[in-house]
Amino acid sequence: MTTYDKRTIEELIDGSIDFFKLKEMLSNFKDANRFNLYLEILQERVPWDDKILLPAGLHLYIVQKQNGDRVTKCDCGHEFGHYKQNWKLNALVYVRDTEAKMEELYPKYLAPDPNWQVIREYYCPGCGTQLEVEAVTPFYPVIMDFEPDIDAFYEEWLGQPVPEPAGIK
Amino acid sequence: MSLKEEDLKRIKVKKGIGWDGKPLKEMREEIDRISLTTGHYAGLKELTFKEADPIRYEKIFSKLRGGVVHARETAKKVAASPIVEQEGELCFTVYTPEADSIVTSTGIIIHVGTMGAAIKYMIKNDYEENPGIEPGDIFCNNDCQIGNVHPCDVHTIVPIFWEDELVGWVGGVTHVIDVGATAPGSMTVGPVTRYDDGYQVACRKIGKNDTLLRDWVIESQRSVRTTKYWLLDERTRIAGCHMIRDLIHNIIAEEGIDTYKQFIREVIEDGRRGFINQVKSMTIPGRYRGVSFVDVPYKNLEVPPYAKVDTIMHAPSEMIIHRDGKFEIDFEGVNRWGWHSYNATPVSISSGIWVMMSQTLIPNDRVNDGAYYASQFGLPYGSWLSPDDIRTAHSYAWHFLVSAWSPLWRALSRTYFARGYLEEVNAGNANTSNWLQGGGFNQYGENHAVNSFEAAAEGTGANAVKDGLDHAAAIWNPEGDMGDMEIWEMAEPLLYLGRSIKPNTGGYGKYRGGCGYETLRMVWGAKDWTMFFMGNGYMSSDCGLMGGYPAASGYRFEAHGTNIKELIEKKLPIPLGGDPDPGNPEYEKLIEAKEIQRDKQAITTETIFENYDLYLNYLKGGPGFGDPLERQTKKVEEDLNGGYLLPDYAEKVYGAVIEQDEKGRWIVDSEKTEKRRAEIRQERIKRGKLTREWIKEERQNVLNKKAALPVLHMYASSFSLSERFLNEFRDFWNLPKDWIINESELDMPTFGSINKLK
Repeated sequence: MTTYDKRTIEELIDGSIDFFKLKEMLSNFKDANRFNLYLEILQERVPWDDKILLPAGLHLYIVQKQNGDRVTKCDCGHEFGHYKQNWKLNALVYVRDTEAKMEELYPKYLAPDPNWQVIREYYCPGCGTQLEVEAVTPFYPVIMDFEPDIDAFYEEWLGQPVPEPAGIK
Repeated sequence: MSLKEEDLKRIKVKKGIGWDGKPLKEMREEIDRISLTTGHYAGLKELTFKEADPIRYEKIFSKLRGGVVHARETAKKVAASPIVEQEGELCFTVYTPEADSIVTSTGIIIHVGTMGAAIKYMIKNDYEENPGIEPGDIFCNNDCQIGNVHPCDVHTIVPIFWEDELVGWVGGVTHVIDVGATAPGSMTVGPVTRYDDGYQVACRKIGKNDTLLRDWVIESQRSVRTTKYWLLDERTRIAGCHMIRDLIHNIIAEEGIDTYKQFIREVIEDGRRGFINQVKSMTIPGRYRGVSFVDVPYKNLEVPPYAKVDTIMHAPSEMIIHRDGKFEIDFEGVNRWGWHSYNATPVSISSGIWVMMSQTLIPNDRVNDGAYYASQFGLPYGSWLSPDDIRTAHSYAWHFLVSAWSPLWRALSRTYFARGYLEEVNAGNANTSNWLQGGGFNQYGENHAVNSFEAAAEGTGANAVKDGLDHAAAIWNPEGDMGDMEIWEMAEPLLYLGRSIKPNTGGYGKYRGGCGYETLRMVWGAKDWTMFFMGNGYMSSDCGLMGGYPAASGYRFEAHGTNIKELIEKKLPIPLGGDPDPGNPEYEKLIEAKEIQRDKQAITTETIFENYDLYLNYLKGGPGFGDPLERQTKKVEEDLNGGYLLPDYAEKVYGAVIEQDEKGRWIVDSEKTEKRRAEIRQERIKRGKLTREWIKEERQNVLNKKAALPVLHMYASSFSLSERFLNEFRDFWNLPKDWIINESELDMPTFGSINKLK
């Protein structure tokens, strides 16, 4: 059975992993314990105590608050509300809908035409990190990318209980 | 009325060619019924053979898979076409008698399903009775509505008998250079109906006793432009099919027919179970949503009046991973088919998804119909991926297909990311264009057509651990490459004046998408010649992931009536190399030309090219991953010095503070860059609006329908097919219950738009 030590997964998260080790990881069978090890590392790295249930993106986590609420949270500590609501609605949005705004990103002729497509950048109000980008037609409803079934994942797929809120024994 | 004895004698009870004398139609119905009612392929609740003798089971699989791959590698040497011989645009698949796929070779494995669909069509239409299915027969299909992606993928299908029973089929497919469509090239842009798409072969018996029928050879040779390549491609497919038929005969002789029959059932059920296991071990149950678009700028093209429409392909997708590991992809909300060349068929999208899955979720050799039995697809009827009108054209179905799949990478990547399998994350795939195509009388004085498969080497999507690969791959053929320039110059009357990396084409990010590349071609030696462009221009077809940006969109550059001949004679500089900053063009400074097109119209129909005319072939990059402000400064430096990034954008997008040393090498000042990046984060907070507030403001524009016509047309044609999408749209923007955009209210042709919301 494939297993990796904590250091290897840390290197993977940091992007400092050796190319050949990464290649072997891609080709090999998956390590069943990856999720728990990954979560342990992420939990150590965040500056808050809420229990991470599931990483929801780069810098984003679905966490369990002490009162049992599940919210989407940035690693800077900013909270975006209940995890079943689209976190983007509580983010900051910047819409690139003119040629000038597009050409800040792409050289002329390499940018989408804003009459056909706009670029929406979603920022964390707490730290200003760009968390997601949408390239959509004008009027497109904000996309809810991710709606995980956390309970089924833990209980039925991992065969382990959903973690209790931090501080509750 | 009673039958006379003589009549009864004349009615001969004909034995079916299937197992135990069953007709194939009965076998097909039986396998569907049993699989549906039991939830297991062919009702196999136990894999008795595999469990009792796993080594023998694996040995048979290895022989079969190895033999099929070997046949592909050997047979492709028969072909003269660089598309097949250089790019590997071929594939072989073995099927059960009922047409379920057992094993497939490497190559264009989308056809794991398409040839199966063609065989199912023959079964359904009683080919067993007429024209008959016999040992030594050869069948051909390229009809999309029967089972194909686009007409240039030509199938050869051979039945495999053991004694007097049909034990299976083998199918071989190659992507041919030309199918005699309205314009030269395998995936021509001109067609807007099926009748423009070229030579259509609808599951036809073309050979008996392992020999092609003469009428078929004559007719097919008179129906396409590139006759020599067609002939050799066909020999390639037949050679491969016959090698595989021999292989299966050998396996049966060695293992016994009963073992083989049990094996082919179990290997599909095994594939079904394996897929579910893989889903459960790598993903997370839930719902994942995405969308992609492709611009269809047809208003000013030379096409029939009803096709002169600027519109947009809309492909929303929801990937649903059920608790029991069942995998579902629903395209509800997708818009109507159109009068263009990019319509697809259900089998092309469902089968094509396995091309993608074999590069991510099931990266092994067990790609067969087992995965199909573990999945479900929602493909709305009347949409571009399931047209309700037989007239639709499909010559470049891939244009929409590859774009529709890009959000599925992101959906899967979100699950991989959440589980910690960061090495599997991929921000999406490039729109695999431009396609340089055309034809005429070439440098050898022959009637010829070309389709440059340089498009087989696009930038790939960024990973969560590293950058995407530059000019490396295309989603439709995991084994493709860009091909050698020398080979393309032999196949095309087009000299290379440059082949170089295209900067800024990979989507920016913490890890950037792989950059695309570009080649500048000069027409040389042609007697008469036309070409056209085919790619996305006004829109980017992908999107970044988790803060990364989409890849750059496209444009075209072509120059006609140039003075390059004189420049060469006078030994003056001519355009060489790339067009790295298309807004600050260099080519135009060196040449004079009667006509230069440099614009976003990246789809065109046939244009006449004279010798010394120029054509820029720009191949796209892949999307990026993560906030670009997190990119290591060392990587930005490498991008600048490697020609992957223009200096302005190192500053604007990556927040890098840069300078050049005395040798001209770019250096990024890490300390100053960190400060600048902190400022940019603050600028973002200042300029961003709370999304909820922005929605309230934008709602007024939605209410007033203040958007460009192609955008409105896209929504109108999605609303006309999907009440659910319309209601979700109204709910999101808090619109009145009767708010809608109808095609009839738009100032554009609506010919053929028969689907109205009931």
